[in-house]
Amino acid sequence: MTDLSVSVSSNAHLASQQPLPEAPAKVTVRNLNFYYGEHQALKNINMTLGTNRVTAFIGPSGCGKSTLLRIFNRMYDLYPGQRVTGQLMLDQTNILDPKLDLNLLRARVGMVFQKPTPFPMTIYENIAFGIRLYEKISKSEMDDRVEKALRGGALWNEVKDKLNASGLSLSGGQQQRLCIARTVAVRPEVILFDEPCSALDPISTAKVEELIQELSENYTIAIVTHNMQQAARVSDKTAFMYLGELIEFDDTSKIFTSPSDRRTQDYITGRFG
Amino acid sequence: MNPIYVRRRRKDIVVRGLCFGAAAVGVTWLALILLTLLYNGIAGLNLDLFVADTPPPGSTEGGLRNAIVGSLIMTVIGVGIGAPLGLFAGTYLAEYGRNDKLTSVIRFINDILLSAPSIIIGLFIYGAVVVPMRGFSAIAGSLALAVIVIPVVLRTTEDMLLLVPNALREAASALGLPRSLVIKRIAYRAARSGLITGVLLATARVAGETAPLLFTALSNQFFSLGLNKTMANLPVTINNFVQSPYAYWKQLAWSGALLITLTVLALNIGARILGAERTAK
Repeated sequence: MTDLSVSVSSNAHLASQQPLPEAPAKVTVRNLNFYYGEHQALKNINMTLGTNRVTAFIGPSGCGKSTLLRIFNRMYDLYPGQRVTGQLMLDQTNILDPKLDLNLLRARVGMVFQKPTPFPMTIYENIAFGIRLYEKISKSEMDDRVEKALRGGALWNEVKDKLNASGLSLSGGQQQRLCIARTVAVRPEVILFDEPCSALDPISTAKVEELIQELSENYTIAIVTHNMQQAARVSDKTAFMYLGELIEFDDTSKIFTSPSDRRTQDYITGRFG
Repeated sequence: MNPIYVRRRRKDIVVRGLCFGAAAVGVTWLALILLTLLYNGIAGLNLDLFVADTPPPGSTEGGLRNAIVGSLIMTVIGVGIGAPLGLFAGTYLAEYGRNDKLTSVIRFINDILLSAPSIIIGLFIYGAVVVPMRGFSAIAGSLALAVIVIPVVLRTTEDMLLLVPNALREAASALGLPRSLVIKRIAYRAARSGLITGVLLATARVAGETAPLLFTALSNQFFSLGLNKTMANLPVTINNFVQSPYAYWKQLAWSGALLITLTVLALNIGARILGAERTAK
């Protein structure tokens, strides 16, 4: 129990070692199973994502953490042969309801991907595009919203003089922050991050992590990461998954200092994974 | 020196020489064709070529106006009908039908159509349009060209859309875009220059097609804009004139051939420039 390689310090509550107060549930997962064709990728998952909390999902490749994340906004619906059972609620909305309007769900549950995916249009349009899907607003209001979103993405100062440049002309880290700004612009309630820093350099990574912490004041956040230091730095709660099962789900400070399951301990100390 | 290395060097020189030779042979023929066309065609490249109609046999004045206009009209209508069909069909294959069994069947049939001899397509339109309509017509010619355009555009559309990374589609869906908008606003925009390139290449392809017009639009020695009548066009006019005994007709045929070649060359260069823009981004 003593040779933990991950230091936990940046979050104030982590240092205090006090258990986190329970936050009201935003997303509730009950007995969730997921199948890719015949293969069962998730086995009986039960957990809740607390409102305005950052929940990190860690675990070795193929453990199902990205799969779980992609159920929260029904991304799996884009592909055939995938099936889910169980219950998944976003507040009072049943996410798994086959009649649910997916576009409205995805407006409430935004997602940022592993690789930056700016749309092939200007920086301004990258943001305005999403807003226009849901709101009809004047040019000046739109200018305000775009600026606000870019500030929210910690990108405004770098791009304010070239809003009409292509989104593809930005650096990788800037592109990823543009994608975060784009997601924030449509005012979601939950933001899903699927390994958002795995294609970024350390400085860009630090900026994105800082941003995630800021965003957690207003949004419920779920982040999948392969980087345990990152999970320790940005999250309030951590879920360790292994072979499609949720092994342990607890306060981040607890997971990284005194995990209760042997497998969790082995993983965070680097014995496997 | 190491004998293995020396042997490898020698092999390298031989193979490189063979590759260079093969490339040179290919380019030589192309250069010869272009130079011959220029040499024989440039003399007739004057204003008359564009403002005077094809002359009667034996005459020593006249141009190709009716053939040029006819070719333009039929190419535009053919591409106008064929390109949208190809674009829509390609979109189906690459987007909606990606996981569909039907898709591979359509793709296979399209590949056959793509390599079908164009004279077969001309005969098909002859049977399907010319015979029922009781006469050769410009519209039949346009339809024959459209049938040639469809598989070319379909193929490039599908290929270009498949090059658009799936992550981009997912990102757009994650923002709440319905499928139709993901395709229209994101996938099309990402693949835009590729899609235009496909249409340009299809245009270049049909601009010089002779066989499908022989059985459909036939030709016309007079100027005509009527779509239900025969219509003059460059390829068939060249074909007729070059077989004639009249020196002036032969001269016009050379100039017409040069004109088509330059047009096709321009279209191809345009397509290349667009393609280069695409990869530069």
